[in-house]
Amino acid sequence: MRGWLIALIFLAALGVGRAEEVVAGLSQNQVSITAFFDGSEIFVFGAVKREAPPPPGAGPLQVLVSIVGPVGPVTVRRKERVAGIWVNTDEVVVDRAPYFYANASTVPLREMLSHTDQMRHRIGLQWLVGLRGTPEDIANPFDFRDSVVRLRSNQGLYRELPGAVRLLEDTLFDVSVPLPANLVEGDYTARVFLTRDRNVVDSFETNITVRRGGLEDWIYRLAHDHPLIYGVLSVALALGLGWAAAAVFRYVRS
Amino acid sequence: MQLYLPIAEVSVNLFLLLGLGLIVGILSGMFGVGGGFLLTPLLIFIGIPPAVAVATQAPQITGLSFSGALAHLRRRTVDIKMGLVLLAGGLLGSLVGVRIFKLLSELGQVELLVSLCYVVFLGVIGGLMFIESVNTLRKSRKPGHVPVRKRHVWVHRLPIKMRFRTSHLYISAIPPFAIGFVVGILSAIMGVGGGFIMVPAMIYLIGMPTAVVVGTSLFQIMFVTAFTTILHATQNYTVDTLLALLLLLGGVIGAQIGAIIAVKLKAEQLRIALAGMVLAVCLKLAFDLVATPADLYSLTGQM
Repeated sequence: MRGWLIALIFLAALGVGRAEEVVAGLSQNQVSITAFFDGSEIFVFGAVKREAPPPPGAGPLQVLVSIVGPVGPVTVRRKERVAGIWVNTDEVVVDRAPYFYANASTVPLREMLSHTDQMRHRIGLQWLVGLRGTPEDIANPFDFRDSVVRLRSNQGLYRELPGAVRLLEDTLFDVSVPLPANLVEGDYTARVFLTRDRNVVDSFETNITVRRGGLEDWIYRLAHDHPLIYGVLSVALALGLGWAAAAVFRYVRS
Repeated sequence: MQLYLPIAEVSVNLFLLLGLGLIVGILSGMFGVGGGFLLTPLLIFIGIPPAVAVATQAPQITGLSFSGALAHLRRRTVDIKMGLVLLAGGLLGSLVGVRIFKLLSELGQVELLVSLCYVVFLGVIGGLMFIESVNTLRKSRKPGHVPVRKRHVWVHRLPIKMRFRTSHLYISAIPPFAIGFVVGILSAIMGVGGGFIMVPAMIYLIGMPTAVVVGTSLFQIMFVTAFTTILHATQNYTVDTLLALLLLLGGVIGAQIGAIIAVKLKAEQLRIALAGMVLAVCLKLAFDLVATPADLYSLTGQM
């Protein structure tokens, strides 16, 4: 009997920790890159489901929305001056780096999440872009890793958006995450984290699929799956346009 | 209006592309050159990956030169036999060029190769053209002087002689084959037709009559670039047909406008202007090679 009671109290205590749950949705789970694709945006919204009021003395609730795009290796090259001109000399393969990364939150990341939880949930570029092994013959290999972050940030592919998430009455939240025009096809992950006192309270995860659409997709597939047909077709179209132009101008002049 | 290019995987303004094609078309119509040597660097400046910029030039030039070659075929100003010899060399050259291109793009040196080729060729050609046109301009001021064309004698001593009736020549097939070969390599590596090298070489080295030079070079360029397109498409996957067609559309219209403008200008002035333009592109590229880049690092092989 006493054992039951302890178990019940223990469960209730756990329940307090899990008392807040996140319910979230996305404006779109499918992004199509068509001919006139000029970037897009994903609207992430949701609510905090609560069975009991938060324990007194608990820190404020914070929300983090993270969208990370296809992860893969990147070849980074460094230029050096050789005989007066700049030449690519050293090369390092950064084993994993997302192509796209956006971190939107209510407050800056370090204020709302402990280092341990950032590592555990792989939140932040620190954990997402990495070298597995470091080549010995190259000086400062970590500069190559840092350059991925720098170059992609400059291209608008990596974005930190502190303060972008709007939280109303500690219950409703929403954020609009812009997707750049230079997006690539692939599987993206959207995650929402609720935190209190720099610890993750609850999280939600869903996928976003980005695909080329329509003509773009057809051209890309043809070029990669049937390159010979594609090449011949390119030539034929160019010849056709060249012939048409010659015919039109001969008609105009006569 | 932004347009997403499926092979280049970048989003570019549609009117910027049409405008670039138009301007380069006007220049090519004015000066009678293909304009590839201007368009490839311009495409790289606006953010098209160098490998795509070079390969995409090939179908664009095919269309432009077909348009021009048709007019010359109708006027019978094409030496088809000479064209075929140049073409044989060109196809071999293109094969070699695409191989070199593929190899260097795997090593990450393709940008450097393209830039270096441009600086060297544009520098030499622009410099020579500039000196020559300044000299002609100076000589033309003295009355009664007719510029004489030199013919190289050593060319006539080589074996495998062939008769080229249209050009009234009985010469070795080796020089035209070699010229075609060099032009084929350049077409694959630089994204140019190669007219700016072939035309002077045909006049000064082979000694062809000026009347058939342009038509014959267009004839060769058309086939070589068509072949280069197919090679780049099958080996490097870097031909962006959408981009090529847009540039071509601007280009064919521009070429007609350029041809009208050219009639109203003096030949010497045109040549000096062209030489100046060639040298300007050359200097810009040379400066980029020497100047410290904004970022020493670059990324490739995303996904």
